[in-house]
Amino acid sequence: MKASRIGADLKIVVRSYLRNPVALFFSLIFPIILIALFGLIFAGGSGGAVSLAVENLDHNSPASVAYLAALNNTSLVQVTIVDYSVPSFSAQLGDNGYSVGLIIPAGFQADLTNRTPVNLTLFTNPENAAAAGQAEGAVTGVASYFNLRAVCEGGSCAPVIQVPPPKNIGSQIYTYIDYLIPGLIGFSILTSPMFSMVDIASSYRKEGIFRELSLTPLTKSEWLLSRISWYVLLTFVTAGIMIGAGAGLFGAHVQITLGLIPFLVVGPFLFVSLGMLAGTVAKTPESAALIGNIITFPMMFLSGTFFAVSLFPPGLQLVAHVLPLYYVIDGMDQVMLFSNTTRALTDVGVVAILAVIIFALAVRFFQWRDVA
Amino acid sequence: MASAIEVRGLTKRYGSLYAVDHIGFSVEAGTVYAFLGPNGAGKTTTTEILEGLRRCTEGDVRVLGLDPWKQGYALHQRIGVIPQDFRFFDKITPVEGILYYGSLFGTHPDPEVLLGRVDLQDKANSRFDTLSGGQKQKLGLALALTNNPEVCFLDEPTTGLDPQARRSIWEVIRTLKREGRTVFLTTHYLEEAELLADQVGIIHHGKIIASGTPEEIIRAHGRAQRLVFTAPPALADHLRATLDVVAETHDGRVEVSLSSPRDAARILSAVDASGIPWEGFVTRSDTLEDVFVRLVGPMDEGALKPGVPA
Repeated sequence: MKASRIGADLKIVVRSYLRNPVALFFSLIFPIILIALFGLIFAGGSGGAVSLAVENLDHNSPASVAYLAALNNTSLVQVTIVDYSVPSFSAQLGDNGYSVGLIIPAGFQADLTNRTPVNLTLFTNPENAAAAGQAEGAVTGVASYFNLRAVCEGGSCAPVIQVPPPKNIGSQIYTYIDYLIPGLIGFSILTSPMFSMVDIASSYRKEGIFRELSLTPLTKSEWLLSRISWYVLLTFVTAGIMIGAGAGLFGAHVQITLGLIPFLVVGPFLFVSLGMLAGTVAKTPESAALIGNIITFPMMFLSGTFFAVSLFPPGLQLVAHVLPLYYVIDGMDQVMLFSNTTRALTDVGVVAILAVIIFALAVRFFQWRDVA
Repeated sequence: MASAIEVRGLTKRYGSLYAVDHIGFSVEAGTVYAFLGPNGAGKTTTTEILEGLRRCTEGDVRVLGLDPWKQGYALHQRIGVIPQDFRFFDKITPVEGILYYGSLFGTHPDPEVLLGRVDLQDKANSRFDTLSGGQKQKLGLALALTNNPEVCFLDEPTTGLDPQARRSIWEVIRTLKREGRTVFLTTHYLEEAELLADQVGIIHHGKIIASGTPEEIIRAHGRAQRLVFTAPPALADHLRATLDVVAETHDGRVEVSLSSPRDAARILSAVDASGIPWEGFVTRSDTLEDVFVRLVGPMDEGALKPGVPA
């Protein structure tokens, strides 16, 4: 294997790419469009009442009942009384499909009467930013109304009912756009090489370009490594654009650490090889496109690209765990959001092992020459 | 002189169908060998086996002493190939393509010199997808020369080109021969083979049916030299009756075969003495094309069954 041949081929790939306006558009502008589109959809408001799970620890005291009735009257939330254990309240909300939850503490009635400050604890899921905003508005709005009506009567307007910033379901502290960025980087790591390589594998064979390359000293491994190098470069650029666009347009804040680099390398390594393998199996460009779609689309939607896998029904969660992209996105979540190095290492390990296996299979089965 | 290409008992079978059927030939180093045959006769299959792009079913093939399939990587450093309908990366220019191939082969070609050899200097910086068919073939030829090959395989390099482009490729082939390289030329054009080739092989239904120099093939398979008169059929009857010669009529012409050049004077005297009106005459010999058509029929005949590469 010679680095100079990989470099020479990479130069041809980069030139071809930079001279193709459509490819450039999809690589550089499309990520911004995706961030803007999903950011606007999920950061904006939505119609209808949000189902709010309420744990009333004040045991249906008149004040708590009146507060919940007032919440219902806003039409912004639909109160559902639940009976979860308080320590695992957040986890149980997620398990039962609630995006927002509220705990009314014991002594709510007494504190209100005594004008002792009392905290309502609101839980929201950042991945459903619309529901979170709607519920927070209703809970704080009704709390303000109660404060004004009940408290100012005594001459002091110090708020009694307080709603601290909401806790996040699952104890996380990020917004939807923060979750979206690793997901969309993963989307790009998957789709860009997969669609392109599946097409190249079949069209180069049909046009005879592989045959021509087979007559040079360039080897199959070198050719594939040159493509991988290109998509790694492209992934770094795309990830930079997405992080920049997310921060610039929606105030996203994700951690940019060195831990991200392995995922930006092994991710394209895996999917360039997988695209090549899929294209190799196909006999015609049409069937190659079909095989590419069959592999890509389920992975795109079931790997946590747009929504956390934890929100899926248990069956789909199992499916997600066998999809390679899940480990790429989960790993990037760990390094960009949760600083969970141990889990990120596991994820990158899984992706790296898969990448090596699929690379070897792609090199083995993809033929320069006609063996018939 | 040493052989650059040696083929013995070469066979390529697809199921029960023989695309190439136990053929053998050799090509001497430094010569031009033209491989002729109608569509589907087995030309491209044979050529691809020689290039190491396709595996043979049986037989022994050596190119520069190497087995093209098993030792393809080593062989490809020493040969140049232009396939039919050469394709390259659409957005890459000829100069970039030559530098790319140079990097892959580890040679350091001067793009200006190589493009000059194939008369493509004026398109040096045009992208491949803007080149005409002839210009694309010329680039293919230039790329095939980047590794200074000892044997060049040209698979129908002039098909579809205009006469000027065709002549310019012919000139490159002559230069390759002058430089001592071996050229294996597959072509549809009999004139091309006759002009350029030292040796010719004609393949039909997967078998070689004629081989040798163009002159040897014409001598072996062509008709004798003929006198062709513009005259009525009665002249043919008269000559047959008086001179015991072979005389045939075709579209107002009478063709009389010559067993030796000395026959011409005798026949002309008999024609003059016959009193049958005639307008003129020419002498005619068979060309390679005449022989080819006689041996294999028109070019579009003899194809293998559809779907089988040949």
